[in-house]
Amino acid sequence: MSSTEIDRQWTTRLRRRAARRLPPEKMLPDTQPAYVASWIYVFGVTTLSALAVVILSGFILALKGPQWWHVSGIGHFVNSLHLWSVEIFFFAMVIHLWGKFFMAAWRGGRSLTWVTGVVTFLTSIATAFTGYVSQTNFDSQWISTQAKDGINSTGAGSFFNVLNFGQMLMWHIVLLPLVAVILTGLHVLMVRAKGVVPPFEEKVEAR
Amino acid sequence: MAGSLLAALVSLDGAGHYFHWHWIDISYANLTVIALMVVTFVAALFVPFPGRRSKKETK
Ligand code: HEM
Repeated sequence: MSSTEIDRQWTTRLRRRAARRLPPEKMLPDTQPAYVASWIYVFGVTTLSALAVVILSGFILALKGPQWWHVSGIGHFVNSLHLWSVEIFFFAMVIHLWGKFFMAAWRGGRSLTWVTGVVTFLTSIATAFTGYVSQTNFDSQWISTQAKDGINSTGAGSFFNVLNFGQMLMWHIVLLPLVAVILTGLHVLMVRAKGVVPPFEEKVEAR
Repeated sequence: MAGSLLAALVSLDGAGHYFHWHWIDISYANLTVIALMVVTFVAALFVPFPGRRSKKETK
């Protein structure tokens, strides 16, 4: 095979592009710029850590099933772990979002980082909603019957029926978490590729 | 034990309590979470980060 043929292969092109945009020292850097030493930069990783606990506790709930999480002590505990890690996830995500909004963190070619953040936020809301209607208790019955008319009036009811328990459970444990995790992965990779956004330039007084 | 102590702090038996103001209608539980987020946000801006040298030292 000639070298021009090799250059044209999609595997070669993709590898070179990836290596150029995300070299290992950018992917897992040793140090961060001085301005990152502020609590406001902690909330992205807090969100990420909470998401990890959400997924892991969700795996255990999926393994054991509703009869377990509704009646046993450990089941209640893992159920609570899942709920409270979701609370921390949203809490941290909102503060992260406010922080990035006020530092206009979409500057310097970071618009897709912002956009993946927005879409992850919306996906997370849908994931939480389908979780609430998948509890298999009176709360989930109440929420789904309250939500159905609003959602059906948008037309979405034709493929997203909140009274269809099996469908809601599948959205909650397969489709939406998959999308949320993939988007989060892309979001963090984009942050690594671009580096953390520098603060607005300070006005330096002449002295 | 700890559970019943915590449960004593806020009674969750019965209907929720709501804050009404013109068209705004929100439970005190949600309002508390929003207030805590604002407090945490402001704290994140002003609480010094451990290990960070102050601006004067770096000059
Ligand atoms: C699953 C949810 C999310 C996770 C795990 C996450 C994680 C992160 C992490 C670890 C960073 C690195 C910088 C930092 O932590 O301050 C970051 C940066 C960023 N995030 Fe998020 N984020 C999420 C949601 C969002 C949302 C909802 C928005 C806004 C709508 C957003 C906008 C941004 C932007 C614009 C940056 C780049 C700015 C910079 O370089 O400092 N993120 N994110």
